[in-house]
Amino acid sequence: MFWRKKDKAADVAVEEQVVQEPEVQVEKVVEQLPIVEPTVVEAAPQELVKVELPKRNLTKGFKAVFSRIKFDVENLEELQDILIQADFGVSAAEEIVAEVKVRAKKSGSRTEAELKEILTDLLTEKMTRSDVSLNLDSGKQPYVILVVGVNGAGKTTTIGKLANYLVEGGAKVTLGAADTFRAAAVEQLETWATRSNSSIVKPVSEGQDPAAVAYEAVEKAIANGSDVLIIDTAGRLQNKQGLMDELGKIRRVIEKNLPISEVLLVLDSTTGQNAMTQAKAFTEVAAVTGIALTKLDGSAKGGIVYAIQDQLNIPVKLVGVGEGINDFGFFDAKEFAIGLVGEK
Amino acid sequence: MFGNLSERLVETFKGLRAKGKLSAADIDATLREIRRALLEADVSLEVVKTFIAAVRERALGDEVSKALNPAQQVVQIVQEELVVILGGEARRIQFAKNPPTVIMLAGLQGSGKTTLAGKLAKWLKDQGQTPLLVACDLQRPNAVNQLQVIGERVGVPVFAPEVGNGKGNPVSVAKDSIKHAKQKQFSVVIVDTAGRLGIDEELMKQANDIRKATDPDEVLFVIDSMIGQDAVNVARAFEDGVGITGVVLTKLDGDARGGAALSVAQVTGKPILFSSTGEGMDAFEPFYPDRMASRILDMGDILTLIEQAQKSFDEQEASAMAEKMAKDAFTLEDFLDQMQQLRKMGSLKSMLSMMPGAGKLKGQLDNIDEKEIDHTEAIIRAMTPKERRDPKILNGSRRLRIAKGSGMTVTDVNSLVNRFEQAAKMMKVMAKGGNPGIPGMPQGMGAMPRPQVKKEKGKKKAKSGNPAKRAAEISGIKPAQQGNSGSSFGLGG
Ligand SMILES: Nc1nc2c(ncn2[C@@H]2O[C@H](COP(=O)(O)OP(=O)(O)O)[C@@H](O)[C@H]2O)c(=O)[nH]1
Ligand SMILES: [Mg+2]
Repeated sequence: MFWRKKDKAADVAVEEQVVQEPEVQVEKVVEQLPIVEPTVVEAAPQELVKVELPKRNLTKGFKAVFSRIKFDVENLEELQDILIQADFGVSAAEEIVAEVKVRAKKSGSRTEAELKEILTDLLTEKMTRSDVSLNLDSGKQPYVILVVGVNGAGKTTTIGKLANYLVEGGAKVTLGAADTFRAAAVEQLETWATRSNSSIVKPVSEGQDPAAVAYEAVEKAIANGSDVLIIDTAGRLQNKQGLMDELGKIRRVIEKNLPISEVLLVLDSTTGQNAMTQAKAFTEVAAVTGIALTKLDGSAKGGIVYAIQDQLNIPVKLVGVGEGINDFGFFDAKEFAIGLVGEK
Repeated sequence: MFGNLSERLVETFKGLRAKGKLSAADIDATLREIRRALLEADVSLEVVKTFIAAVRERALGDEVSKALNPAQQVVQIVQEELVVILGGEARRIQFAKNPPTVIMLAGLQGSGKTTLAGKLAKWLKDQGQTPLLVACDLQRPNAVNQLQVIGERVGVPVFAPEVGNGKGNPVSVAKDSIKHAKQKQFSVVIVDTAGRLGIDEELMKQANDIRKATDPDEVLFVIDSMIGQDAVNVARAFEDGVGITGVVLTKLDGDARGGAALSVAQVTGKPILFSSTGEGMDAFEPFYPDRMASRILDMGDILTLIEQAQKSFDEQEASAMAEKMAKDAFTLEDFLDQMQQLRKMGSLKSMLSMMPGAGKLKGQLDNIDEKEIDHTEAIIRAMTPKERRDPKILNGSRRLRIAKGSGMTVTDVNSLVNRFEQAAKMMKVMAKGGNPGIPGMPQGMGAMPRPQVKKEKGKKKAKSGNPAKRAAEISGIKPAQQGNSGSSFGLGG
């Protein structure tokens, strides 16, 4: 669910509701930026309408991994192995197995079906959170989504899919191409902008300060009356302090003019235990509010998100299940659990 | 969260070394820690299992039970076995007898193939080759552009007849590129391909078709060093689906332990040729199995550093020290000597601080406070030789004089004398029943795993490589666990 400005796309089936008059003010940037004098944008107060976005179901992804094992209450070692192989990590796997044992004992469960049910319920319970939907209902527009992560995780692709989804739901979306570093990254985002019918704000010169691009994107998004602005950033390994600082700067520059609704950390589900380090580091500099778990159409399970949710309290919000524009969905703990354990 | 492996092993060994000989249960306890560390480093479970089984078998054999320090010997075996799997020595690119040499890159989405293609091209060009880059990733939006930009940056031509973005046939591009390269006399052709999932049969077949069309001399499997347990599945899928000749590990400039290297090497049996270590076009180097082994377990470099630290402890001093200790003749002069030894190690601190996860050792070296050593030195220097040899004569007026002479307070002098007395007492105890390791070492230092001298693989050393310990052996003192006793020197109070 999200809010969009009323005067556009009024043909979409919506439940109308006036929320608030967003007060958009553009201040001069405080940080030194190598860009042209910002033009102050007139932001006419607008009514907002509530938009129900289409439901998405995952057709691919979340494949069962437990089908090949025999559950046995006496020996849950194998269960632990499977969790480890799904990248849960040793400690989380141990914890989960211990809990399954406790519950099995309590309920007197012995059969494989019963044990699977216990495990599915346990994972669902532990992973279900109330804050999994995108923060798109504060009423302040345009909503800004900042997308961060290591190289090749799937940031640009995720942005393309998400933009398309929002546009389909009636939103006006602008993309900010703040990956000014990687070769042809801007062109890649541009292709996605075209595919998704979004606007794009590109750097004026090669290798321009990404914070300047982000700043300009905010300006343009306000000026063109966008509902959502999604900002792409260059991939960076979390141990590169300079690049991480740059991310902090990008964030601060955006926040001069608009609150950031969502900072999405894109995690490749093939990533192992290092994903935890990534989540910690990116949260520290960029205040991550949600995770997009990509490439779940492969054979990897992305189990490390269990520990990340648990320890860092960051919800998984989106999942990527392919390279196509529709290959994404919203994270659902139960689906994730069933995907791991298999249907009962 | 968890300490690194060296810290945990030190904990395990503390219990072990006192016993001298390792039981099967001791070995298993050690291996449990190693197993866990390997899993935390993302080595795939099945690889961990075979690996641990192999190490266990060796560890139960002669070489461990006969080793002077069996626990360390187990670690040594682990290290050796890791290096063996990671590929004893790096292999070089195989060049074709008749050029062009064809190198095909394959791997998952986002593993870093396109960037690597550029680096490889530059590297080959710097060696006098004339490479051609071929844009066969027609899938990912603007992958062709990316390769063109990279080609321009490294000054290598790019064969890109198709714009990509889902259009064009990569197999025919690949085929044509070889013709083109022959015509234009390029010496090497580097074929960049689209990222694909191991389970995508259609795309795996396409990769195989590209292989057939180009008959490459090398098919390099490009894999992200951050990959987790799935590494085995992916490696197998590419080995079965395309057939690979070598592996390239990317993003090693990150802080992932890179256990996938072990998984892939084990599962495919193919050598890891290169590592990719940054976004710059020069961030590319041959793969070093021993470094990777150390990285996975996060302890090898520490072994080297301790080795250096031990070298700075002169052997003769050590044997003299051992004698003195045995005779209860440990003086403040010796104490000062030790301080100075410690100071030599202080410079290690800066080296260590550059290493990721230097763990416990670093923490301990941090305890070496240079100022503290300065103060101690000043106080002892202000004493007469007699006072240094026999601190018992230090009465109030002598202490006051020393304090004035050294610019310290009487309290400082008192506390130094107290610490010395405790240390001397400890020394006596240890000289009777224990191995002091490096005397004066901050807490727990002596419990660090000690490096085996590398070149002596297989040979059994008759005597300890640790001078102090050797001295102790010479003087007939039974080597045993030092434990925390070194702390009585109480640097930093
Ligand atoms: N199979 C699959 N591939 C993906 C997914 N998301 C991204 N990719 C691919 O991963 C690669 C890197 O994606 P990109 O968006 O460029 O990553 P970025 O560097 O983080 O912006 C590209 O080849 C994408 O097509 C996904 O959910 N599934
Ligand atoms: Mg990108």
